Amino acid sequence: MGGFFKSSIGRKVAMALSAFFLMFFLIIHLTVNMTSVFSADLFNELSHFMGTNPLVQFALQPVLLFGVVFHFVLGFILEWKNKKARKVTYFKNNGAANSTWMSRNMMYSGLVILAFLVIHFADFWVHEINVKYINVEPADPTRYYHELVEKFVPIWRVVAYSVAFILLGLHLGHGFTSAFQSMGSTAGRKRALQNLGKAYAVIIPLGFIIIALYHHFNHH
Amino acid sequence: MKLKLKIWRQKNASAKGQMVDYDVSDISEHMSFLEMMDVLNEQLISKGEDPIAFDHDCREGICGMCSMYINGEAHGPDRGITTCQLHMRMFKDGDTITIEPFRAAAFPVIKDLVVDRSAFDRIQQAGGYISVNTSGNTQDANTIPISKHAADEAMDAATCIGCGACVATCKNSSAMLFVGAKVSQYALLPQGQIEAVDRVKNMVAQMDLEGFGNCTNTGACEIECPKGISLDTIARMNRELMKAHI
Ligand code: HEM
Ligand code: SF4
Ligand code: FES
Repeated sequence: MGGFFKSSIGRKVAMALSAFFLMFFLIIHLTVNMTSVFSADLFNELSHFMGTNPLVQFALQPVLLFGVVFHFVLGFILEWKNKKARKVTYFKNNGAANSTWMSRNMMYSGLVILAFLVIHFADFWVHEINVKYINVEPADPTRYYHELVEKFVPIWRVVAYSVAFILLGLHLGHGFTSAFQSMGSTAGRKRALQNLGKAYAVIIPLGFIIIALYHHFNHH
Repeated sequence: MKLKLKIWRQKNASAKGQMVDYDVSDISEHMSFLEMMDVLNEQLISKGEDPIAFDHDCREGICGMCSMYINGEAHGPDRGITTCQLHMRMFKDGDTITIEPFRAAAFPVIKDLVVDRSAFDRIQQAGGYISVNTSGNTQDANTIPISKHAADEAMDAATCIGCGACVATCKNSSAMLFVGAKVSQYALLPQGQIEAVDRVKNMVAQMDLEGFGNCTNTGACEIECPKGISLDTIARMNRELMKAHI
């Protein structure tokens, strides 16, 4: 199989596999966040479980981190190779005549998501590591809800958050069906899966945005 | 019709080229795009200037030579056609039309609008064939039963004329529609099975070696392909390569 992942098609398959993993993860992440709208206690409970369970902490979390880094690093490599494949660019190119904006700008939507992820990690993950391992604070299984809500108090955060998720929606608007095609399946070309892809690309980002707006307008 | 043209001029492979403005008049809307180019070239020749070099051969949409990137699209704004099949009625009197060579690092410019597409030949030579004994006792291909569905799909893939519009159009200069068509054409037929593993491996390896980019599934190639080659052929090539490695 070694030779396979060195080929252009193998790299595409690797890209799609990491993308499927990330798309699956987003469903779980949204589900957990959504509980914060309905029950602070349930959200705290789930967060505490995720934050303390060794399986989640030492097996799933590193896999996730690897998946994210793998996806954008390979994305950069492919983009760089693709740029190299056309040294002299067109004087006039009418890309809109034959493809969608989303499909032509995966790199830019990806970069916005990446910028978001940097802030996201600084906010939650670095904080978690700090509290748990460096400046150890007494374990407080109810702190998560307030930490979450606090983040959505400044309006600039809510706006930046929403913009990032709109770009994620555009990334997924092309990416969802594209990943099937990369895996050699023509299912992404059928109406049913295209509709599922559109639904996914709208529902996931919209869900996160609604949670942000909810907490912004309901914090006490 | 009177037209303003902006055309890429480049003396040879190593020269630096640039866009040059030309005016043409007396263009009939019934002319093909290449006939319009002929009119322009006659004007240039009568003025003692160097005519614009462009590729063409059949002038009926079957050889795939007439590579031109017109107003930002391979073979111009019409669908399902090559440049020689593009009619001037697609344009309006007074229009400005940009004409550029197909661009890809793997398709270097030879002169003006002429590019070297021999990278496609080398991909074909790497595996785009079947080995048949032609010493006089060749088996009649029609004696091998083939389902109608497979025959139709193979024939659809085989209509690829190797024009390179897919590469020129693709934002990544990917050749996957071309290679997908060539792989599919054999993968669907019993005659293609014996060399299937080596074929897809070698053709993809050659494609990568030539410096074509990676497909990102924008679907632009399928829209601009004069023969309507389907993106499904790329998916099939991906499956064939996975199978070949398992
Ligand atoms: C959770 C976040 C993300 C998800 C769910 C996601 C999802 C996807 C999906 C489904 C694809 C299509 C894969 C394919 O066509 O085979 C894709 C492609 C791509 N992603 Fe992401 N992505 C995410 C984050 C990022 C980030 C942070 C970047 C980096 C800047 C990025 C850059 C790209 C690029 C450049 C492509 C196109 C590559 C290609 O088609 O070959 N993505 N992504
Ligand atoms: S796939 Fe279509 S666009 Fe590409 S070389 Fe063949 S005929 Fe031309
Ligand atoms: S000249 Fe042969 S296809 Fe146009």
